[in-house]
Amino acid sequence: MSSVGIAQGLPGRRRFPAFRRLATLLGVAIVGIALLVAIFAPYLTPHDPFAQDLNLRLIPPVWMEGSQPTHLLGTDQIGRDYLSRLIYGTRISMLIGVLTVVTSGLIGITLGIVGGFYGGRTDDFVMFLITCRLSIPLILVALTVVALVGSSLAVVILTLGLLLWDRFAVVARTTTMQVRNLDYIAAAQAAGASRMHILVREVLPNIANHLVVVATLEMALAILLEAALSFLGLGVPPPLPSWGLMIAEAKEYMFFSPWVIMTPGIVLFVLVLGINLLGDGLRDMLGADLER
Amino acid sequence: MTYAIEVRNVYREFKPPGGIVRSGRPVRAVDGVTFSLPAGDVLGVVGESGCGKSTLARLIMGLLPPTSGEILVDGRSLTGMDRRERARLIQPVFQDPFSSLNPRHRIRDIVGLPLASQGDIPKARQVDRVMEMLARVGISSEMAERMPGQLSGGQRQRVAIARALVLHPRIVVCDEPTSALDVSVQAQILNLLTELRRELGLTYLFISHNLAVVEHIATEVAVMYLGRIVEQAPAQDLFRTPAHPYTKALLSSVLTPDPALGIPDVGLGDAYPDPTNVPPGCRFHPRCPSAFAECAATMPDNIRKDGRLVECLLATTS
Repeated sequence: MSSVGIAQGLPGRRRFPAFRRLATLLGVAIVGIALLVAIFAPYLTPHDPFAQDLNLRLIPPVWMEGSQPTHLLGTDQIGRDYLSRLIYGTRISMLIGVLTVVTSGLIGITLGIVGGFYGGRTDDFVMFLITCRLSIPLILVALTVVALVGSSLAVVILTLGLLLWDRFAVVARTTTMQVRNLDYIAAAQAAGASRMHILVREVLPNIANHLVVVATLEMALAILLEAALSFLGLGVPPPLPSWGLMIAEAKEYMFFSPWVIMTPGIVLFVLVLGINLLGDGLRDMLGADLER
Repeated sequence: MTYAIEVRNVYREFKPPGGIVRSGRPVRAVDGVTFSLPAGDVLGVVGESGCGKSTLARLIMGLLPPTSGEILVDGRSLTGMDRRERARLIQPVFQDPFSSLNPRHRIRDIVGLPLASQGDIPKARQVDRVMEMLARVGISSEMAERMPGQLSGGQRQRVAIARALVLHPRIVVCDEPTSALDVSVQAQILNLLTELRRELGLTYLFISHNLAVVEHIATEVAVMYLGRIVEQAPAQDLFRTPAHPYTKALLSSVLTPDPALGIPDVGLGDAYPDPTNVPPGCRFHPRCPSAFAECAATMPDNIRKDGRLVECLLATTS
C-alpha cells in the first residue's frame, strides 16, 4: 500500500484503496446512527416498547402479507411493537458497549501502563493478573453472578467490565514498554515531574491511538457477549428490549414467523460490523499518523 | 571547596533479563569512576560507543541510582534529594531531539514542564519565563504553539536547550547534543551552548564521541574506556600531549580532510571491548599497541601528575 502512495506522489500519507475508505465511512455512519438512535430513542419510537396488545400478536413487517402500516417491523409474540423494541434495544447495546469499555479500559490501561513502565516485580504481578483473568471462563462467571445476585443491566455491565480488561492491559503494557525508554520520559523525570504526570501526560497520549483501536474491538465484543448472555437468560432480564433477549424470546416462533428472530439478528450484525469497520479505519489512519 | 559535580568511586551494573534458572553475567557499564568538576568548567567525556558515557550521564542526572559509590551535585548527595530540588540544580540536553520532545505536547508546554513541576510558580510567571527562554534560544513566540513534528532538528534542539535552562539550573548534562544534527546546525547549537554558559555561569558535563566538538567546547577532558576514566586532563594538554595509548589512538582516528588517505589505521586491532567480560589486568591491554607482559596481570593505578590523571602502567614505570 505504501508503494502505491509513493507511486502516486503522496509521500508520508498512506493511501489505502477507495473501498477501505468507503468501509470506514460506512462504519462511522453505522456507529453514528446507532448513537443518535440510542440517545433520542424516546422521540423516535412510534409505540411504547413495553405496551402489550394480545390482539395484535406476531404481525409481520410491512413488506409481507398481512402487515399493518402502524407496525413497520411488525409485533412480537405478545403484541409489542418490534421497531420500538429494536430502537430501545440500541440504547441497551450502546450503553453496555460504552460502559463496559470505560470500566474495562480503566482497569486494563492502568494495570498495563504501571506494569509496562515499572517492569520487574510490578510487571510480573500484572502479567500474573492477566494470566489469571485469561483462565477465567466468562460464561461460568456470569452464571455464578446471576445465581448469586440475580440479573440486571448493572450486573451485566459490571461483569463484562470487570472481565474484559485483558486486551487493554496487554496492549497498554507492550506499547508502554516501547515508549518508556524514549528520551522525553527521561527529560520529564529530570524536569522533576511526578510519577503520575509521567504516566498520564507523557506515556498515555503516546499509546492512546493503539488503545482506541482496542476500545472499538472490545465494544463490539461486549455487545455480542451481552446478546449471548441475554440469550442464555444470564443477561438483561425481561421485559427490557435487549436484542439478545429478543432473539431468545423469538426462537420458539422462528419456524412460522422467521422475521422475529431475523430482525434483531440483522441489527446486531450491522452494529457489530459497523464498530469493527470503524476500528479498522482508525487503525489505518493512526498507523499512517505514526509512520510520519 | 565545593565542586559542581563530585563523583566518588561510582559503579553501575545492569543485570541482563533472565529467568529463575538462567541468568547472564551482569554488565558493568560504569566501573569505578571518580572525578570532580569545578563550577563553571566544561568537562568533555569522550570514548567509543558502549564505554559507559551515557550511563554516567544518567547517574549524574539522578535518573539511575548507582550500584555503589556516591555522587554529589553542588555539594549535596543525589540519593534522597527531592526531585524538584534536583531539577533546579541539574538538567539534561539529549542527543536526539526527535525523541527527547514528547510528540503529543505543544512546544510551550514542553519548555514549561520543569516550571510546572515545581508546583509553586504562578501560571502567568511560567508563561513569561517560557517565552523569555524561547526568545533567548532563538525560537519565535508563534512557534511556541506548534507541535514538535512541525519543527526542524535544529529548532527542536533549541527547544530542548530552552527546556533545560528554563529553571536556571547550575549544571547542564549534554549527552551528545549535536551528533544527531546536520553539520551546519551543529555549529549553531555549539555556539548557543557556549554563549549561554558565559551568560548564565553554567557548568557543563559534555558527552560526545566527536573529538573536534569536545576540543571546541571543553576546558577539561575525560577519556572513558570500558566503564573507567583512563585519562583526564585539561583540554589543551590532552589534545597536545596524550599520555594514554587509548587516547593517542582516539586522536589519530580523527579523519583527515583528504579522502585519498582513507580511514586511518589506529593500531587497535578488532578485539572489541565486551563489558560483560572485562579483561584481567589493564582492561585495555588486548587492544593496546604498546602493551607488555605485565599489562595482562596488573591493574594500573591512577597516576595523578601535573593536574592530569592517567591509568596506565607506562605512566607508572616512566
